[in-house]
Amino acid sequence: MTRYLLILEMLALTICTGCSHHAPPAPALQATASGSALAVSSGDKQLGTPGAPLPQPLVVDVNDDQGNGVQGALVKFSGPDGVRFDPAEALSDSNGEVSTNVTVGDSSGRYPVEAITTDKKGKALHLEVNEMAAGYQEMLGYQVQRKYCSRCHDPNSTPEQVSNYDNLAVAPHSFDQGNTFNKLDDADLTSIISHGGPAMNLSALMPAYGSTLSKADIRAVIAYIRLVSNPPFEAPGMVYAMR
Amino acid sequence: MRAPEKTRFSWGALFHDPIQLFGAASFVLLVVLAIAPLKDHFSEWRRYQQQYVQMIHIRRDSVKLMRNFRPGIHQIWIPKAGVVDRCETCHLGLEESSLGDVKTEPFGSHPPIPHQLTEFGCVVCHLGQGVATTVTGAHDSTKEPDEPLLPARYMEASCGQCHHSPLMGTPTLNQGRALLAGYGCLRCHTVNLPDGSTMTPTDDPPPLTHIAEKTSRQWIYAWLKDPQSWSAAATMPNFLLSDAEARDISAFLIANSAPQPDSGSPPAPTPAVDSSAASAAQIAAGQALYGESFCASCHAMQNAAGNVVGGNLGPELTGIGSKVKPQWLKSWLSDPHVYDPKTLMPHFRWTSQQLTPLMDFLESQTNSSFTANVHLDPATPGQIAHGRQLVNEYGCAECHAIRGVSKPDNFAPDLSRIGSKPLAQIVFVAGMAHTLPAYLTAKLQHPREFVPGLRMPQYTFTPAQVDALATALLALTDRSFTMPRKWQLATPTPSNYRPAGQAGKLMADLNCQTCHRINGNGGDIAPDLSAEGSSVQRQWLDNFLKNPNTIRPTLIRRMPKFNLSDPERAILTDYIMTVYQIPQIDRDSMPDSGYPQALVEQGKEIFYSKYACQSCHMVNPNTDRGYIGPVLTTVGSRLTAAWIYAWLKDPQALRPGAIEPNRNMSDADARALTAFLMAQKGSGKEANQ
Repeated sequence: MTRYLLILEMLALTICTGCSHHAPPAPALQATASGSALAVSSGDKQLGTPGAPLPQPLVVDVNDDQGNGVQGALVKFSGPDGVRFDPAEALSDSNGEVSTNVTVGDSSGRYPVEAITTDKKGKALHLEVNEMAAGYQEMLGYQVQRKYCSRCHDPNSTPEQVSNYDNLAVAPHSFDQGNTFNKLDDADLTSIISHGGPAMNLSALMPAYGSTLSKADIRAVIAYIRLVSNPPFEAPGMVYAMR
Repeated sequence: MRAPEKTRFSWGALFHDPIQLFGAASFVLLVVLAIAPLKDHFSEWRRYQQQYVQMIHIRRDSVKLMRNFRPGIHQIWIPKAGVVDRCETCHLGLEESSLGDVKTEPFGSHPPIPHQLTEFGCVVCHLGQGVATTVTGAHDSTKEPDEPLLPARYMEASCGQCHHSPLMGTPTLNQGRALLAGYGCLRCHTVNLPDGSTMTPTDDPPPLTHIAEKTSRQWIYAWLKDPQSWSAAATMPNFLLSDAEARDISAFLIANSAPQPDSGSPPAPTPAVDSSAASAAQIAAGQALYGESFCASCHAMQNAAGNVVGGNLGPELTGIGSKVKPQWLKSWLSDPHVYDPKTLMPHFRWTSQQLTPLMDFLESQTNSSFTANVHLDPATPGQIAHGRQLVNEYGCAECHAIRGVSKPDNFAPDLSRIGSKPLAQIVFVAGMAHTLPAYLTAKLQHPREFVPGLRMPQYTFTPAQVDALATALLALTDRSFTMPRKWQLATPTPSNYRPAGQAGKLMADLNCQTCHRINGNGGDIAPDLSAEGSSVQRQWLDNFLKNPNTIRPTLIRRMPKFNLSDPERAILTDYIMTVYQIPQIDRDSMPDSGYPQALVEQGKEIFYSKYACQSCHMVNPNTDRGYIGPVLTTVGSRLTAAWIYAWLKDPQALRPGAIEPNRNMSDADARALTAFLMAQKGSGKEANQ
């Protein structure tokens, strides 16, 4: 009888130790290779809904010195409070790609997101990518500009949404050109949109929309331009006096 | 024995000595009195107010912010809406636009919205408990009848409580409502809106009355088992039927099918239907006609590169040759109204010479693997009877017309107030979050997991579509029924306008309103025709109906050529030119030609310089590169001068939502531009084609 108990006990022990080996739910990923450069493949500069996953996954490439994809490099993702990644870290696939689904935080605005990997010498490589969450006004601005403005201001012309960007005598500015738009304050932009390019000594190819769009629509378009501009727009008057 | 004696003595002493008693009572009273102010002093909201003051102290506009700051509990009270919101007690910066950059909650400013906080309060949109003064009490309370906060990703749902027609700033809500209406949800579920109207479905499920003429039992069986394996875009959901159920339903549908009535005017005799005889040249000719007839405006088909290309108004046609019977296809292409009087498909007037290659092309599009593994024995009466019972149980007649099966009433739960469904009434699946959005999301993704035996079918929505649907459902709240009536924006009354008379019959036959909206009724993939008679010249319209050419170079969806006969064209032209006029435009107020050359030149000058119309339009196709708006090379032969003048003065007054900007043009400029544009008659060949 005691022998049976002993056998049972040993059996239980074996099972328990076996279990304890499997207990950690997600064993830490081990990098099997390392690259020397990180690059965005797709999924950056997306416009999402606050608190919701972005429509497309964020895909980054881990490359070696020759620019070829490296398999098995560990990439970790991090971002500001409220941003979630699924998965938060992953090994690159045979093309050197790592894909993650990004959920932005609950407030509207810009979310700088970082992908980190280590190179052969153990030095951390950082890649910063911007994602955006549109609040009501920015979403309205996105829709308004998509209907009226992107017909000329969008550098990408698709069969579904044709843009005349490449055909104009004076090239329009894509809305993410922060170096141009950040120099214009809200009153300047309102003036250009309402009264057309000539109001600010710019091209007459930019028509006046003041009688077509409401004041709220124009404000919304400006809010959208501010959200997507790269480098980011910094509004005056929001600077800390001390610190 | 000593101890109780002692106690009795001390109590006795206390009550016998009034001074001691008074002292003890005073102490107790003081302690009790101190509880309230202490509780208040250490309250959560007071701590937030202290943090807020510290934060605004170091900001540039701290003086202004301090002036606006009032300590204590803040409250928005809107008696008629039942709103008592104390949120601003902690959310102190909501109305301070200069705190837009503050990311530390609860102090940031509210993102700009078109409403005032003081007018609507907070909980109308965000839910939660407005009267609570603790964080968890306000945000996360799930005690009946409390509602926890609405997660940010479903925020557009709150707009939908009052706004029942699409808003430009709420694309997710609009998409969700379109999905509710377009995927058959509203055929089983009722959704009543606060103004007494009911949401109506927009999908177009085919009748099954003559189904045996159209397709085989094997195809029906395979389709019932998995519609999406036939076409990923199929809106028919998967009812997760067992093999026996699919066998019996398909048996019943075939047995129940009635022969299709003979068409009134049989098409000209065509060669015997025999797909094996189709030559490659025939098929190529049919494919060319498929392109020329712009079938792809409504139907998608997999192309040689493997991409599914085309519209979604009609079913996908990949593999169509393995789905429909040749005899049915011939009858359908000859006149679709014979099979389905309510179809959206126009009656193309293809000649028999055109019909044969088109049929050969469509029949060459096969997908034999779909029914390859379906082997059905002949149906027994028992199976047919069981099939009828299943058709009743699954509510097939909610969507499809089936002979002898009536539409069931109250088949599925009413969803008019689903957005306020109390959590206590929900049976959650183990492991899921106990929130209403989580329930709705899970229900949309895996409806049968909740209770075994549920009839709700399995859809294949993408995560974005699930979010959109959940948003549209969360907008259907109790509050939208109880809030002040004046907050409710009216649902636009749907128009059921149909043209009358002989032209009306012809336009119904051509299904013009599948694509064109007329007087508020119809599709939105082609221009609204309500003012067409005021806008175009008669000769142009006649030419266009004879040979529709595109006015906009970049459009994918195009008007098909219907092969109208001369009398038919005359009926349509007459009707459109006389009936579809708007009072703002007097066609005879301005001549269509004969403007002085100087005025034309002046118009040309301002066309290219002041107004830079060439950004979007082309007058000279050799130099102008405006691909956005209509091509204007022959506009003087197309539009009336009165229309052009009125359009230049205010495009949106003639066509609401037009993207051409209103340039606030002076009368003189508008006149000069009209003269210039009316001079663009094109070559004589185009005008008289």
